[in-house]
Amino acid sequence: MLDQILQFVLTGITVGATYALVALGFSIIYNASDVVNFAQGEFVMIGAMSAIAMSAGENGLSPFLALPLAILLTIGVGIMLQRFAIAPAKGASVVTTIIITIGASIFLRGVALLLWGKDIFALPHFSGEQPIHIGNATLLPQNLWVMGGAALLVIGVHWFFNHTHQGKAILACSCNRTAAQLVGINVGKMMMIAYGLSAFLGAMAGLLVTPITFTSYDAGVMLGLKGFSAAILGGFGNPMGAVAGGVLLGLIESLSAGLISSGYKDAIGFIILLLVLFFRPSGLFGKATAERV
Amino acid sequence: MPCNEPLLSIENLSTRYGPIQALHQVSLEVNQGELVAMVGANGAGKTTLLHTVSGILPPSGGEITFDGQPITRMASHRIVGAGICHVPEGRQVFPPLSVDDNLRLGAHAVRGEKEWVESTLGEIYELFPILRERAKQTAGTLSGGQQQMLAIGRALLGRPRLLLLDEPSMGLAPLLVEEIFRVIQGLNERGVTILLVEQNARAALGIADRGYVLETGRVVLSASAEELLADEAVRKAYLGY
Ligand SMILES: Nc1ncnc2c1ncn2[C@@H]1O[C@H](COP(=O)(O)OP(=O)(O)OP(=O)(O)O)[C@@H](O)[C@H]1O
Ligand SMILES: [Mg+2]
Repeated sequence: MLDQILQFVLTGITVGATYALVALGFSIIYNASDVVNFAQGEFVMIGAMSAIAMSAGENGLSPFLALPLAILLTIGVGIMLQRFAIAPAKGASVVTTIIITIGASIFLRGVALLLWGKDIFALPHFSGEQPIHIGNATLLPQNLWVMGGAALLVIGVHWFFNHTHQGKAILACSCNRTAAQLVGINVGKMMMIAYGLSAFLGAMAGLLVTPITFTSYDAGVMLGLKGFSAAILGGFGNPMGAVAGGVLLGLIESLSAGLISSGYKDAIGFIILLLVLFFRPSGLFGKATAERV
Repeated sequence: MPCNEPLLSIENLSTRYGPIQALHQVSLEVNQGELVAMVGANGAGKTTLLHTVSGILPPSGGEITFDGQPITRMASHRIVGAGICHVPEGRQVFPPLSVDDNLRLGAHAVRGEKEWVESTLGEIYELFPILRERAKQTAGTLSGGQQQMLAIGRALLGRPRLLLLDEPSMGLAPLLVEEIFRVIQGLNERGVTILLVEQNARAALGIADRGYVLETGRVVLSASAEELLADEAVRKAYLGY
């Protein structure tokens, strides 16, 4: 029993690490621009699918080239989303921008469907598939890649926002756009950096986890929803809360799939989310005051 | 140095908020080294004027020239880069960031010049010792007066050739107002050119070289500060005696 639980926990943390990266992307964009970006899951899909497409076949690129190119491509998509879909709607209401990002996600899925069809694809494992045994639980090397990679990315993001001038300039834009402009910050550029960073996190999540979970043109839908839930669970707009929310959601799902029934894991995840919101409207790690003025 | 050309020259500037025209053909000049006050009541258009100069609002007509260069439709970050730094109405510090971070963000446009930034940061901390004491605290924990000092310090770190101040006395106790105005006067004496916008006409004209009176978006008077302080209409409308 204990071994089983350990197994569920390890699986849960791996899945949760992916959710955490998506949730972190949600918070970064929300903090920078007050936009809830429902195309966040598509960044994950584009990262994975484009890497697969570029490395496929006889003349495919080596992974050492395909992966960085896939990351750059996804960053480009993120920046274009900001530049051509969000920026022109300056001053629009939150609902309008949500509709825009949902539209963008449908568009990106459509493009992926046209390019790559409905098949399910996988990336090769980064360093073999030899299982690692921890007690009676097993772990693939790729699980370690996911956990370690996500941890490094989270630390990197934390460092970026707390210890670099650029990071603080983005925070400044999010707390007071006009004041940020008045100290000479190019707000448009900061927004592009924020969207590019979120897209980068999405692409990384996709590349890390796709060897285990596979991907397809519509894989971003569920991941986007899960990342969004995780961000809410942690307290929307609190980046480190979002990360904690992601890991927690992964654990809840994995444990309920293992101990109750895998058919109910999504439902249980969402029920717990609703309960948390009922008792703590601002999320687990959000500020106690729920109202945003 | 050719001093016959004003540092800032505004000609027939108009700005609208949709159908509402807030500025009507405003013209004014600020010469190198001057302290110019623009006084006007609530809603006269003072903030609108400064926001238009800083590139936050697009003008609907007219020209703004800074140091001989047209800046009328320049992006705000380039205007700051050109040397126009703005202390906004209501301080508008970045509450969750530390005092030190707030000041350093003020140096965004000149952050490449590390030595200058560090030495100026030192000078700001000399000028406002309370900010040094609270350097690591978040700006949101400061009192109104301290936030005003922070907002001024932040603008000074942008290496202003022209400093725009929007109602620095707003909401401050009389003693603090005096202190802030002493600081403003001191900055001007050290060579900073200043355009000061105020409802508090007495305090502003008290330290200014020249002044303008703005009423419902129009410049209705312009004269030396002494003349304005002595002017009957100004005394009635803005000085209350
Ligand atoms: N965002 C806005 N939308 C529409 N009208 C506005 C807006 N901001 C200001 N106004 C109007 O423009 C006019 C000038 O406002 P402005 O804020 O420039 O005045 P002010 O002189 O700075 O006043 P105060 O002393 O209260 O700061 C006012 O009539 C105001 O109602
Ligand atoms: Mg005003």
